[in-house]
Parts: sequence; C-alpha cells; structure tokens
Amino acid sequence: MTDTPTIPAIEEEIVEEFSLFDNWEDKYEYLIDMGKKLPKLEDAHKKEENKIRGCQSTVWMVSEYKDGKIFYKADSDAMIVKGLISMLIRVFSGQKPGEIVAADMKFIDDIGMSTHLAQTRSNGLRSMIKQMKLDAMVWASKEKN
Amino acid sequence: METVALQNELDIYSIRNQFPILHREVKGKPLVYLDNAATSQKPSVVIEALTNYYTGYNANIHRGIHTLAEEATAAFEATRECARQFIGASSTDEIIFTRGTTEGINLVASSWGRANLQPGDEIIISTLEHHSNIVPWQMIAAEKGAIIKVVPITDDGEFIYAAFEQLLTAKTKFVSLVHVSNALGVINPVKKVIDAAHAAGALVLIDGAQSSVHLDINVQELDCDFFAFSGHKVYGPTGVGVLFGKRTVLEAMPPYQGGGEMIREVSFNGTTYNDLPYKFEAGTPNIADVIALKAALDFITGLGKAKIARYEDILLQYATAQLKEIPGLRIIGDTAHKVSVVSFIIEGIHPQDIGILLDNQGIAVRTGHHCTQPLMQRLGIPGTSRASFAVYNTIDEIDALVKGLYKVKKMLA
Repeated sequence: MTDTPTIPAIEEEIVEEFSLFDNWEDKYEYLIDMGKKLPKLEDAHKKEENKIRGCQSTVWMVSEYKDGKIFYKADSDAMIVKGLISMLIRVFSGQKPGEIVAADMKFIDDIGMSTHLAQTRSNGLRSMIKQMKLDAMVWASKEKN
Repeated sequence: METVALQNELDIYSIRNQFPILHREVKGKPLVYLDNAATSQKPSVVIEALTNYYTGYNANIHRGIHTLAEEATAAFEATRECARQFIGASSTDEIIFTRGTTEGINLVASSWGRANLQPGDEIIISTLEHHSNIVPWQMIAAEKGAIIKVVPITDDGEFIYAAFEQLLTAKTKFVSLVHVSNALGVINPVKKVIDAAHAAGALVLIDGAQSSVHLDINVQELDCDFFAFSGHKVYGPTGVGVLFGKRTVLEAMPPYQGGGEMIREVSFNGTTYNDLPYKFEAGTPNIADVIALKAALDFITGLGKAKIARYEDILLQYATAQLKEIPGLRIIGDTAHKVSVVSFIIEGIHPQDIGILLDNQGIAVRTGHHCTQPLMQRLGIPGTSRASFAVYNTIDEIDALVKGLYKVKKMLA
C-alpha cells in the first residue's frame, strides 16, 4: 500500500502515454480501451443514489475508505465516459482524501481532453471530478470525527 | 438526376457562400453542420441587418419622434408585416413578437389559461411534445386544477388520431400540439386535429418551432387559434420569435406581462391596456433581432419554400437510404410524412459516443433526449442521434456523415 505513486506521478504517466499519439483517433481508441478495462461495478451499486447526473449518459460511482485512503468504483452506459472515469479512478483511487481534494487536474488539458470539461449539459467529466472530490471531503470529515 | 437538377436550380453552392460559418473548420476538418433542428446558421443578410441597425439607426421604437426612432420603428414594423405574410395571418394585430416558441407557449398558457381554465378542465397534448409544450401546461394546470391528457403514438412515432378523438370531450378546453416533432421529424395531422377540437369547443395552439422552416404555413387555412415559432430556426437571430393569435381570442385575453408599451394610460387608480399586438409586448422589445428576422424570412421566401422543401426531401430520402445500410442502425420515426430530420440509434453504441466521435470528424449532430424525455421513455430508449438538414446541406455532407458513422463503429468495436 505504501508504494502507490502520488497523484502528480500518475498524471505525468498518463500525459506521457497520450504524448505517443499524434492523432485524435489513437487518443480516443486508447480512452475507449481504458473504458473496456474498467473493473466491473456490481449491479447492486447501479442505483439512483449512486448516479452522477449528466445530460446524456449515466454514471454510477461508489467509494470506500480504507486505511486512510479512498477507493473508487464506477461504470457508465457510454464508452468514452467510461474511459474518462477509468482514467480518473487510476489517478484518484488509493489516494489520501486531502490529496484528492487538492488535485488541480491540469493533466486533462495536457492530454487534449479539456473539451470534455466544457460546461455543456452533455458533459459528465466535470461532475465526475466534483463527485469524487466531494466523496473525499466526506471521508476526510468522517475521519476527523 | 433530380438531385443534381435541384442542386443546380437552387444553386446550393452559392447559397452556401451566403453563410460565412459554413466555411470554418472544426478540429481541422471542414464543418459539416447537421444540427439544424436545434438552430440554423445565419446568412450574411441577417448578420448585416443586425450590424446595420446598430451602426445606422439604433433607437428605441414607437415613442421617439426623432429620425432614428422613426427608422427603427419602420424597420421593426416591417418585420411584423413580413411575419404576417410568412404565416398567412390576416392582420399584423395578430402578430406578437416574443423571445421564441417557448415564450409564445408560456404566454398563452399563462394568459389564456389563467383567465379561462377551471378545475377539471382538460388540456390535450401529445407524447411527441418538446418540454416547452409540456411544462407550461403542467404549471398552469397545477395552478388551476386542470388535467393534462396525452395523445399516444405508435412505435414509429406517429400520432394516433383515433386516440385523440377519444380523449377529446366536452371537458377539453385546449389542445396544444407540435406540428413537427423536433426529435423525430414526423409531421402531425394538425388540420384534422384543429377542426375536431373546434367542433368540440376547444382552442388549439400549434407549436411551429420545427415546421415553420420546412412547411408552407397558412394560419387562416389551418384555422389554428395560436401558432408559435422561433426566429433562430428559420435562419434568423436567436432571442426572437413570433406568436400568432386570432384577434378575437387575443382581445379577450389579459396581458401577459406589465410594463411600458403595453399600456394606454397608467394612473395609481388603475391602468388601461394598449391595443393589439402591443398589449402583449411589454417593455422595450428585442428591436435588433426583430429587424434582422425580416432578412431571414425574406431569404426563405426568396428561394421559395416549395423548392427548399423538395430539395430537403431529397436530402432526407438519400440520408435515410444510406443510413439504413449501416449494420445495427435503426431509424426512429421512419414514417412517410416527415421533414428533413433523421433520428437513429446504433445497437450497442451510446448516442453520446456517436456525438463525440463525429465531432472529432467535424460533423455536428445532436445526441440525447432532445428535450423530449417523455417521448424517449415511450420509445424505451435513452436518446438518439439526430441529423437534421437545411437548404445549405449537400449530398456530400450526408456521405461524410455515413463515412463518419462507419468510423465510429470501427472505433467502438
């Protein structure tokens, strides 16, 4: 558990991976591939209270807290969104709440995926990050009490 | 080939040249704009009309006696006359400027509904309605204790007229029906509905947001009591729309909003209201966009609505045939009476993925529920992808869409 890389280290890794691609097709195929590799979320978790509201696709997310670290699991009915969640889980899962809350997420811009952060109603990435950070805050406050 | 003949007759390429935005690139590819049912692009004449107003004769209308005010008032009222002709109304008194179709429906629901609905009265809408023709009625129904009845549709998205006849009773006070479904493009039998509703003593509003750009509209022939449409879907500016209302009905309705322009005389003991149409136009209106709307309507009339419709129908038929060739693709609303809108789903692929991956190829379509959640629930799908064509679209662009979809399928396989 102690050798989980830090958030900036994982972000750097992802930026490096994406830098190998020089066209959008490869980038998105990589993202889609990440989506396909996302560990399954049990159907029992796919309920209303675990939904993150986006206009077009549905995202379910749950988190648990173990030994001072947060672990996320999620799924979506849309593949690209699934890829984006998979990437976020890679960055955040297994990290300490304070570090998750503090993460600036600049790497999303660096890999050319910032269009998914645009504030259109179709977008889920912004709400996913927000929900992950909110979960981290909740776990952090429970820890204090 | 009729296609080529029509493309030449309408001179599609010179039409395209009148739309500056069509020359831009998206993600390094030429823009293929197929989201016209959401909003159409604007020809230079519309953009110039806006600029000319602000650079040449910007002034508040109807009150000033100076030259600029007179010029602005004349241009503003010229649009009213143009809109009257565009939908075949008998008088400009029946043409009210709004912010768009949504505001037109809200105006009627609020003003007519508040004055006329009683507990137990019924309002009929259909499963095909846009949220804009559902929520205003739900709001006024909740306030007045009225009941909303919904006409069902077939699996293909066709309005079931027999079911409408059954819902239509002495309790029915109002029917509010979309002319053309924004999500599917299917055309509703509005004339039959209007006649039947009138025979039952109910008034009818036609939501013309989608029909006004594609179909020839004559509100006198239709005999509807209200007809609402939006400027931005008829090649005009955003933030402006038209509500037609029959004079006798409008006269009996209380004002929608209070303020300047809509009054005759104000005192603290009471206020008298202005005549039609000004009674329903409180405050300084959207002068610039109303003026530019005339350029848009003239653009359509200049080309000829019938010619445009014939050309768009060819685009529709071609797109329908080509899209059906794609394995796993199913067209939703594949009916005989449609405007140039194709809504589809591809088995195993979420519409959002289609939208994102087409956008990366420079192709703009709409994906999602199209603000018709009850319709999507009825059809048992989360949403669709929708390609909608305007007069400036081409066969080549449909080929680009089809090629783009094959790429989407390959990437997600």
